[in-house]
Amino acid sequence: MSQLITFIKKEFHHILRDTRSMLVLLGLPVVQLLIFGFAITNEVRNTNIAILDNSKDEATQNIIQRIENSQYFDLKRSLENNSQIENAFRSGKIKLAIIFQRNFQQELSHSNKAQIQIIADATDPNQATTLINYASSIIIDYQAELNQNNKLPYSINTEMRMLYNPELKGAYSSVPGVMGMILLLISAMMTSISIVREKEFGTMEILLVSPMKPWLVVISKVVPYFIISIINVVTILLLSVFALGMPINGSLVLLFSATILYIFCALSLGILISTVTQTQQAAMLVSLLGLMLPVVMLSGYAFPIANMPLILQIISNIVPAKWYIIIVKSVMIKGLGIEQVWKELIIISVMTAAFLFISIKRFKIRL
Amino acid sequence: MRTLYFLLRKEFLQILRDKLILRMILVVPIIQLILLPYAATYEIKNITLAVVDQDHSEYSRKLINKLTSSGYFQLVDNSDNYAEALAQVEKDKADLIIHIPARFETDLIRENQSKIMIAANAISGQTAGLAISYSNSIIREFNNDIRLEWIQMPRTNTIPTIEITSSNWFNPSMNYKIFIVPGVLALLITLVGFLMSSLNIVKEKEAGTIEQLNVSPIKKYQFILGKLIPFWVLGIIVMTIGFVISFLFYGIYPEGSFLVGYLFAGIYLIALLGFGLLTSTFAETQQQAMFISYFFMLVFILLGGLFSPIENMPDWAQYLTYINPVRYLIEVMRMIVLKGSVFADLANHFIIILIFAVVFNLLAILNYKKTT
Repeated sequence: MSQLITFIKKEFHHILRDTRSMLVLLGLPVVQLLIFGFAITNEVRNTNIAILDNSKDEATQNIIQRIENSQYFDLKRSLENNSQIENAFRSGKIKLAIIFQRNFQQELSHSNKAQIQIIADATDPNQATTLINYASSIIIDYQAELNQNNKLPYSINTEMRMLYNPELKGAYSSVPGVMGMILLLISAMMTSISIVREKEFGTMEILLVSPMKPWLVVISKVVPYFIISIINVVTILLLSVFALGMPINGSLVLLFSATILYIFCALSLGILISTVTQTQQAAMLVSLLGLMLPVVMLSGYAFPIANMPLILQIISNIVPAKWYIIIVKSVMIKGLGIEQVWKELIIISVMTAAFLFISIKRFKIRL
Repeated sequence: MRTLYFLLRKEFLQILRDKLILRMILVVPIIQLILLPYAATYEIKNITLAVVDQDHSEYSRKLINKLTSSGYFQLVDNSDNYAEALAQVEKDKADLIIHIPARFETDLIRENQSKIMIAANAISGQTAGLAISYSNSIIREFNNDIRLEWIQMPRTNTIPTIEITSSNWFNPSMNYKIFIVPGVLALLITLVGFLMSSLNIVKEKEAGTIEQLNVSPIKKYQFILGKLIPFWVLGIIVMTIGFVISFLFYGIYPEGSFLVGYLFAGIYLIALLGFGLLTSTFAETQQQAMFISYFFMLVFILLGGLFSPIENMPDWAQYLTYINPVRYLIEVMRMIVLKGSVFADLANHFIIILIFAVVFNLLAILNYKKTT
């Protein structure tokens, strides 16, 4: 036992001595969370648009005024004719063009019908839909004001409720995602690299012929990273609550226990990676190139899993982050208890056991 | 020249010798490019719906019917009260609750107005927003149907109406994959190039072989070129494979010219590899280099506009994206593939990426001198 402690101490010294790496390891979650919490948002604001006003009358001026005043749009330029539209889009300067027909006001007051054409850059289809919706609703509002006295009969009004996240804060979906992603990537990467490092230098053989049992060597390498991960979790939770205004509605103890289990899972994945790679570079490629995009895209963080094709829905089940994110959302935001998340907890435990089992098998074969 | 040739041979041999690394940098991007874009869809078809119908009238049934036959919603629960429906949302069984109160039909006909409540699981604001806007537009349509039923609409329009027509350019089929594939490809090129180059010099440092290189008659520029060229070639290979896959699996054929695309990617790779080398010169161990690379990669990717539009970011974040090379590659790939932008449209991008290429490599060379 005292041997193990000496080894862990040695590993700790190694890590602490390297201040640059420490800075990255501990600073990364902070930076990532701040970027996610504040910068990454799908909320539309200040989109550059162009207007082609073929009428230039009071009605069109009124509508343009409204569009300009909205927080969604920034009038970047006024176009003179149709041929300029395509150019404006192609150079990437605008995302939306609004075109008023000739004699807009006249048509509106005489034949009760006037036309506005909206063209969106649908490169990003979601953004295009949202922008068209916003622009249309500004125009519809204007029209409603014109028609204040003509109230429509038989109206069904809808009352909307946004459950769990009434202010629609982006942090509610990003914080669980960041926790799932960063804990998995950092833990898996750190562990795999630090074990493979010994292999690359040939010092692993020396460690293995020492009186220390092989698995104790591995444990002593994993413990410091486990502690770093715990520090990261605490930082992330503190930032989420105090900087991003996230609630912790459920039991903190449950959230923490689940997180520790998840970190075990990530660390054992790291050990597994270390058994299949021989160089640090390979370990890094496996843990970064191999894991980063799948974790972001298949964990349900960036895109809802329910919309994916069946085969991807099935594959998503082997992404540990998927299950952890469900737990974080349930406990942290919905305030649910263990009776609602036990299934996910078991799945993560089984994964951890599987990773360790395969690692031990491979470890023996090689030596 | 001969020296460079031998250096390059050595580097290529080193890369080719490690089968696992080779597989990682060629196969992993292919698999990811084939699979992952299918995951990227916001186009929601199966919003799970819990209905609380306390009216049990003809209209409430018609409305529910209209919702479920729209193709967007999948009815999963029919509860008697709101609390039961809420429990379904809690268990993630339902995304949306439509609550039709008693007297819905009576109020609508007698009082001229009636109320429905819609509640959505808003943990993901975007999904909730889409779910609500779909249901709202279906309800609006339903509402119009009822009006038509009750009122004889006059033949000519008496209320001034603005007719809004909208069109979607560059991606009229609103195919999200055409949008996401060039972005993912840009990212894969970046990951491969950067991860390989950032570790490289430091690997020689750690192994002690850099000392030997330094005392050999190899010139600095030869050394740097010897490191740069192999990864540059790898990056271009990954890009080519990526284009082939985009075509085979997604039918994506760039609107614009391949030449402009390759030219840009060529310069981009020089810039990126320069940054990788710069990282490499700063780090003392591979481990350190990796953590630093990981940090920059993540920030670059998050602020690259792959998943969330840069226009929507707050000002400070938008300024940060100006110094993010990844942003420019993603933009250019999308512009060439989807919009068919030509060289003149991309002139600014070219200038900026050229500056990056020069600055990063210059810093890498300067810093390399200092540390040796």
